[in-house]
Amino acid sequence: MIDIFRSEWTKLRSVRSTVWTLAVTGVILVGIAVLRSITVVNQGAPGGLNGLDVALAGMPFALLVLASTGVLVISGEYRTGMIHTSLQAVPQRLRLLSGKAVVFTAVSLAYTLLIAFAAFFLTQVLLRDTPVAVSLGDPGVLRALVGAALLLTASGLFGLALGALIRHTAGAVVAVIAMTMVAPQLSTLLPGRASDFVTLNAGRRVMDLVHTPGTLGPWQGYAVYLGWIAVTMAVAAVLLQRRDA
Amino acid sequence: MTPIKATNLTKRYGRTTAVSDLSFEVAAGRVTGFLGPNGAGKSTTMRMILGLDRPTSGSVLVGGVPYGKLRHPLRKVGAVLDARAVHGGRSAHNHLLAIAQSNGLPRERVGQVLELVGLEKVAGRRIGGFSLGMAQRLGIAAALLGDPEILLFDEPVNGLDPDGILWIRTLMRKLAAEGRAVFVSSHLMSEMAQTADHLVVIGKGRLIADTSVAEFIARSSQGYVRVRSPHLAEVYALLGAGDLHHDHLRVTGMTPLEIGTLTARAGLELEELTSVQPTLEAAYMELTKDSLEYSA
Repeated sequence: MIDIFRSEWTKLRSVRSTVWTLAVTGVILVGIAVLRSITVVNQGAPGGLNGLDVALAGMPFALLVLASTGVLVISGEYRTGMIHTSLQAVPQRLRLLSGKAVVFTAVSLAYTLLIAFAAFFLTQVLLRDTPVAVSLGDPGVLRALVGAALLLTASGLFGLALGALIRHTAGAVVAVIAMTMVAPQLSTLLPGRASDFVTLNAGRRVMDLVHTPGTLGPWQGYAVYLGWIAVTMAVAAVLLQRRDA
Repeated sequence: MTPIKATNLTKRYGRTTAVSDLSFEVAAGRVTGFLGPNGAGKSTTMRMILGLDRPTSGSVLVGGVPYGKLRHPLRKVGAVLDARAVHGGRSAHNHLLAIAQSNGLPRERVGQVLELVGLEKVAGRRIGGFSLGMAQRLGIAAALLGDPEILLFDEPVNGLDPDGILWIRTLMRKLAAEGRAVFVSSHLMSEMAQTADHLVVIGKGRLIADTSVAEFIARSSQGYVRVRSPHLAEVYALLGAGDLHHDHLRVTGMTPLEIGTLTARAGLELEELTSVQPTLEAAYMELTKDSLEYSA
C-alpha cells in the first residue's frame, strides 16, 4: 500500500489543478475571516455574532472549493484517460481508490487544520479590542476549529467519492453542490427532524459552540455526515469494481 | 508459462458483440502482429488482457494468471494503449515517477527509460505540449519502466512520421530478440509485414488466422508468373494455361523456368518473365473480406 501512497502523493502534487484549488481554499477561508474581522472592527458586531463565526465565515465557500479538489483528484484521471495507466499499474481497483482517498485525506486534514487555525488567530488578533473577542480556551472553540478542518476534509472526500461515481468533472461538481448546498435547504420542507440528518445540516453541528438541546450533538452530526460519504464511497467502489474502466 | 493465452474470449456491449469466442496465444521471443480492420475488436481484446474491460465470457491469462491478480504488474507487462491518455499538466518525469512508485520501482528507472526513448532533455516539460511522436515515446518509456517480459502496443505507428515508425519497428524487433513477447496491433498489413514474425488476424471479433507470416501468404492466395511478349496469343496457346490480360499473361501452376524453356523451344521471344508473390496486403484483404461475408 505504501507504494500506492507514494504514487498518489506524486500525482497530487504534480498537477496545477489540485495545487491551485487547495491554495484557493486557504485564500478564501483566511481572506474572508480577515475581511469580516475588519468589518466588525469598523462597524461593530451584529447581535448574536461570536468571534468564531467571524473566523469561519468563509467555510461554505472553502468547503465547495475543497470538495471540487476532491472531485478533480479522480475525475482528472477519467478526463485525460490517465485512469487506464493507473489501473494498469494497480489493477486491484479498490487499492487504487483507497490509496487516493487516504493520501487526499491526509493532505487535506493537515492543510485545513493549518488554514482553520490561521484564520482563527488572525481573527483573534484583529478582534482583540471588540466585544466579540475569542480565545482558544473558550468552551467549544478548540473542538469547533478542529471540527471545521474535519468538515472541510470530509467534504473533500465527499467530492472524491462523487467524482469516482460520476467520472466526469462538471457532473461531479454539480452533484457536490446538489448534495451539500441544495439538499440541506430543500430538506427543510421534509416533516419532522429529517432535515437535521441531511448532509451538511448534520455535519456543520461539529462547529457549534453550544449544543442546542433537541438537535444532533457535534460529533453525532459529524458522524451522520461521514455516513453519507461512506455510502457514496461504497457505491462508487462497487461500480468501480464492476464497470469497464 | 505462455506469456499471453486467450481462451474463448467474448465481449458484448449490449447487443453488439465486439469479440467473439477468440482463442490465441502469444509466444516469447517474437513479435506477434494482431491484425484486423478498424473495429475488429483489437483494442477491446487488449483492454481485456490488461483487465480494464471484463470479458463477458472466456478468459485471458498473462504468464498464467489473470492480470488483476498481479501485485506489481508493470514488472511483468508493459503496454501502450493510447499515448495521449496522460495528464497533460504533469511533467514527463513526474508522470513516470508516479507510475514507477506504484509498482515499487526505483526512481533511477525514470531517468533510464527517458534516456532509452530519447526524451531525457524534455523530462521537466509538461506532457501537454508534446507532439504525438513524443507522447508515443513517453508511453513506451512507461511500458519499459518495469523491464517487463511481455509488451503490448495498440496501433503504435498511427500518426507517426517515418523516423518515428522506423524507431518503433526497430525497438519492437530488439525487444523480441531479447526474448520478450511482443504483441502489437495494427490495421495495416504492410506494417506487420515489416515487423511481425507471427500473425493473429481477426475480423468482426472472430479469429481468422493464427499463423506465421510466411504461411499466411502461402495459404491465402496463389502467386503467379507475369509473361509479356510481342507474340502473346501464341504464348498463351503454347502454354495452354493462364489468364490473358490486355498486355500480359498471368500464369499460375508453372514456374518461370518451365515457361521460359517452353517458349524458347518454340522460338517465341519474351519481354518479361516475372514471378509475382502475393502481397500480405492482398492476402489480408482477401481474408478479411471473407470474414465479413461469413459473419454477416
